[in-house]
Amino acid sequence: MKKSVLRVGASMLVLSLVGVACGGSDDSSADACEGNSKIAFFGALTGEAGNLGINIKKGLDLAVAQHNEANPDAQIDVEAYDSQGDPDQAPALADKAIADACVKGIVGPAFSGESAAVNAKFEEAGLPLITPSATNPALSTNGWDVFHRALAGDDKQGPGAASRIVADGKMKVGVIDDNSEYGKGLADIVQTSLGDKAVELNSLDPEAADYSAVITAAKDAGVDAVFFGGYYAAAGKLAKQMADAGVTAQFYSGDGTLDVGFIEAAGPAAEGAILTCTCAPKDSNPEFLKAFQDANKGEDPATYAAEAYDAASVFLAAMKDGKTSRGDILKFINSYDAAGVTKQLNWDEAGEVTGSAVYAYEIKDGAIKGLGLIK
Amino acid sequence: MSLVLNFWLRVTALFSGFGEQFRAMNKWQRYSAYGLGVVALYLLPYWPDVPVLGQIVNTPGSQFETVLNDQVVIFVLIALGLNVVVGIAGLLDLGYVGFYAVGAYVTAILTSAHGNLPWLLALPIAVVISMLFGLILGTPTLRLRGDYLAIVTLGFGEIIRLTAKNMDWLGASRGISNIKKPPSMFGLKFGVLDAKPYFYLGLTMVFIVIFILHRLEYSRVGRAWVAIREDEDAAELMGVNTFKFKLWAFTIGAGIGGLAGVHYAGKVGFINPDNFPLQLSILFLAAVVLGGSGNMYGAILGGILVAYMPERLRNFSDKRILVFGIVLVLMMVFRPEGILPKRVGNEHKKRRAKSQEGEVAS
Amino acid sequence: MPDWLIIRTFWELTVTGLALGSIYALVALGYTLVYGVLRLINFAHSEIFMVGTFGALLASSQFLSIPLLEDGNYPYRTGMTLIIFLVFIMLIAMLFSGIGAVVLERVAYRPLRGNGDAFGAIVLAFLTTFIVSLVFVDQAKINVIIALLATAPISYAYMRFFKQGRKAPRLAFLISAIGASTAISEAVGVWSKHGRDQYQTPRLLEKKTLFTMFGTDVRIDYAIVIVGALLMMTALTLFVNKTRLGRGVRAVAQDAETSRILGVNVDLIIIVTFALGGVMAGGAAMLFTLVYDQTRFNIGFILGVKSFTAAVLGGIGNLKGALLGGLLLGLVENYGSAIFGGQWKDVIAFVVLLVVLMFRPTGLLGESLGKARV
Repeated sequence: MKKSVLRVGASMLVLSLVGVACGGSDDSSADACEGNSKIAFFGALTGEAGNLGINIKKGLDLAVAQHNEANPDAQIDVEAYDSQGDPDQAPALADKAIADACVKGIVGPAFSGESAAVNAKFEEAGLPLITPSATNPALSTNGWDVFHRALAGDDKQGPGAASRIVADGKMKVGVIDDNSEYGKGLADIVQTSLGDKAVELNSLDPEAADYSAVITAAKDAGVDAVFFGGYYAAAGKLAKQMADAGVTAQFYSGDGTLDVGFIEAAGPAAEGAILTCTCAPKDSNPEFLKAFQDANKGEDPATYAAEAYDAASVFLAAMKDGKTSRGDILKFINSYDAAGVTKQLNWDEAGEVTGSAVYAYEIKDGAIKGLGLIK
Repeated sequence: MSLVLNFWLRVTALFSGFGEQFRAMNKWQRYSAYGLGVVALYLLPYWPDVPVLGQIVNTPGSQFETVLNDQVVIFVLIALGLNVVVGIAGLLDLGYVGFYAVGAYVTAILTSAHGNLPWLLALPIAVVISMLFGLILGTPTLRLRGDYLAIVTLGFGEIIRLTAKNMDWLGASRGISNIKKPPSMFGLKFGVLDAKPYFYLGLTMVFIVIFILHRLEYSRVGRAWVAIREDEDAAELMGVNTFKFKLWAFTIGAGIGGLAGVHYAGKVGFINPDNFPLQLSILFLAAVVLGGSGNMYGAILGGILVAYMPERLRNFSDKRILVFGIVLVLMMVFRPEGILPKRVGNEHKKRRAKSQEGEVAS
Repeated sequence: MPDWLIIRTFWELTVTGLALGSIYALVALGYTLVYGVLRLINFAHSEIFMVGTFGALLASSQFLSIPLLEDGNYPYRTGMTLIIFLVFIMLIAMLFSGIGAVVLERVAYRPLRGNGDAFGAIVLAFLTTFIVSLVFVDQAKINVIIALLATAPISYAYMRFFKQGRKAPRLAFLISAIGASTAISEAVGVWSKHGRDQYQTPRLLEKKTLFTMFGTDVRIDYAIVIVGALLMMTALTLFVNKTRLGRGVRAVAQDAETSRILGVNVDLIIIVTFALGGVMAGGAAMLFTLVYDQTRFNIGFILGVKSFTAAVLGGIGNLKGALLGGLLLGLVENYGSAIFGGQWKDVIAFVVLLVVLMFRPTGLLGESLGKARV
């Protein structure tokens, strides 16, 4: 037993040294990809926010499948990095993606929080990324060259939402948020855009079951509209509890609420709610809609699927153009200018898509209906 | 059937006998074993390149060295600190994540949000402030016993997180980015991509903490801690100032938690309140008890397991937390004192032998 | 009087606060009962509550097959149908939670007390083989089959181990509880129909105003919750004070060893205690779905933390303390939100707890399940 301790220690040491000897050359392997090039998905596929990531991955999968069908001799693979939307888990996954020389581009990171945690890594590695869903305005202010957004940030959405609310003739708008980075950010922008029409009603805890305190405040303030910045599960609970408490104010919310989950959670209380998004309605491009339905057993593309499809097509276009290194692909994206299924895809210095629009949606008869562009 | 049981008992025996036999080795054997172990640990990031071993240890979905630093080293540091509080002084702390958060936030504030200090200078300040928080929380609450302490510490952890989330000065839910990285030292460059230098730094921190704790455990303070854990009233009667020593344990534990926070903030460069959820406190406690509360090496093992296994088991994807929960129950049923249990009475064997000799002589 | 939000909306906040507080109180009873008898924080009690909400969901949507919506509106029921349905749903929820709590005790706590039985051994053996089979194949049905095949021999080995009668230290109970809590909620998150999504429960009761008090409309669902909670608590108090089993509970809470010597079946009493706690949590779960119409795999966690806080606030181990603590916590949260904003709600709750414990280290009413005044 005595000796075996030494033996174990020594053999571990020898093995590790072998490892150092073998692995010494791995730093120079950045462009040494063996096998097919890959486009990576980065975001949550499991965990609480898994739904959103699954939508995105479906859009990405569709684009890659179409490419592979059209180019049998230049197959592209999809690699998924499931961060569960957790900024703690994200760095190790990002490093893995960076270390894999075959990964040429990232569709993601899906959320603003994880983006803040890992985008600096992608920047350092020169690995281009196009996020189909992270809309926090601050992300484009870091000077990241690799950063691109396939849709407009909340700084565009907020004023759009506000102008829709004003156009609807609302005079006293209660602004509520879920105290998340996304929700509070968006609610603050809406509040600023609304100016003196806004009444700040503070935050609620999305995980809590009972929102009666904030609803009581809304009732007390006598608002004729409520804007909620946050995600669909909390939005559904809020809309329902407001209706139960006899608040008749018109319900507005942003893209985090644009999901059938909102209708399920709010029930009849969802009727007439107006939601804004910088994402295009699913029927804005019939060709994409049909291709998506064919590939997914008739299922409609959900939020961000079309944006993910666009993001993936840009990478695929670069690869088709013969670009193989990450640097070349990045250059290609930065000078890209072509129509996608959602909008004209062309990015400014900061990585914001130019000419982006805000769309309004309404919940009608238990379904999401597009109301068109907000002027 | 008894085969299974037999096997289990043997595995158990292997673990508990290991330490004794190790101590039975002579000095040079022991030190060379230590030396080999330490070198092998510093070479950990290269293990995945080793033919067979690499297959076993490598994490399938995430970068091994990043997991080593971001998850394993952080958890080991925290398990060491929490072990002082829970394992050594017997205080049930369910809000340990609070100190981790304080360490990370102080670093973020000093190097990015409201200051421009270098990371190396922020480190001692953050550790001291974490200890101060331990003192502030400890002074009023340590008079409470057992389970009341648990809920109060849990509340404290939540108060820290929610305060950070709600105050703009602390970055609110946006968090704080551009936290400074450790300076280049000993030829190591602390960049964005390579996690190895951080791992070496973290591992060194772990060794320093182990050394300090080892000295403490076998000092007067350590003996007082054990006395309090075994029987608080008896210790009080024997003239141990239990309050003072409990406060010490709490403060030192808080400091180590803060240190882990500093290391984390320096590595990731970005923190927000969602990095410090209540669930993390529970995971920390699970690590300590799973490994063997009261035994420093047990706590380390627990930290490694709790941090590493979910990454290793990424193929289970959705079910890994479920598996973790079941494993916790099974472990507690069959090995309730942890994988490496504390050696009751063994801790101060030598000293007791000495004092008994003294009694005989006098 | 100054024109503050808290003053303008005081009564409204009071009603909603009391309703939420009643649910806290019912869940807090489970913590308090188990703590009183075993000196153990039953951390997994929150998941027993969660299981109860799913029981209520199954009862209404599966057993009674009530749809979420009928012609675009809620499936309201009236008169006797409504009452029978509600009682039925509550009984099913109580059944789920009660059984859940008893199974939990057998599997996760009893083996640690050093007298595990065959039931615990079988379940644990099943769980062990199930995990091991996950390594080789990841398909729920096949996993279950493999696990069932290997369960018998391993449970036999486990029984042998249990016969050694090893007692675990107190901390081990807590970790076992945490493990069980994680496993239960994740199991629901992984295997229930919609996984981790939020579930809606059918709304049977139209939420009309029942009466108006101090200028505030009191809704019927709030009234049912508050009255229901009080009734259940009275029933529990009577049970503990007046019945034979209740006397056993009090005896074990006071001194388990002596009661054993005096012929009390301590293991039975512990099962009764867990079952009582579970039934209360099941009642709370049904009342919860009545007001909020929804549930989720992780809904227990936060509510559990709050209820445990309530139990400690009132004095853990004390039944009246649980009621007082729950109601107080519900009110404090609502008033606090109105004064400082919703985002500070939890901070206020915990600060109040800290302050109370500073001045009364064993909670407002003290620990006393074992003592004469229950």
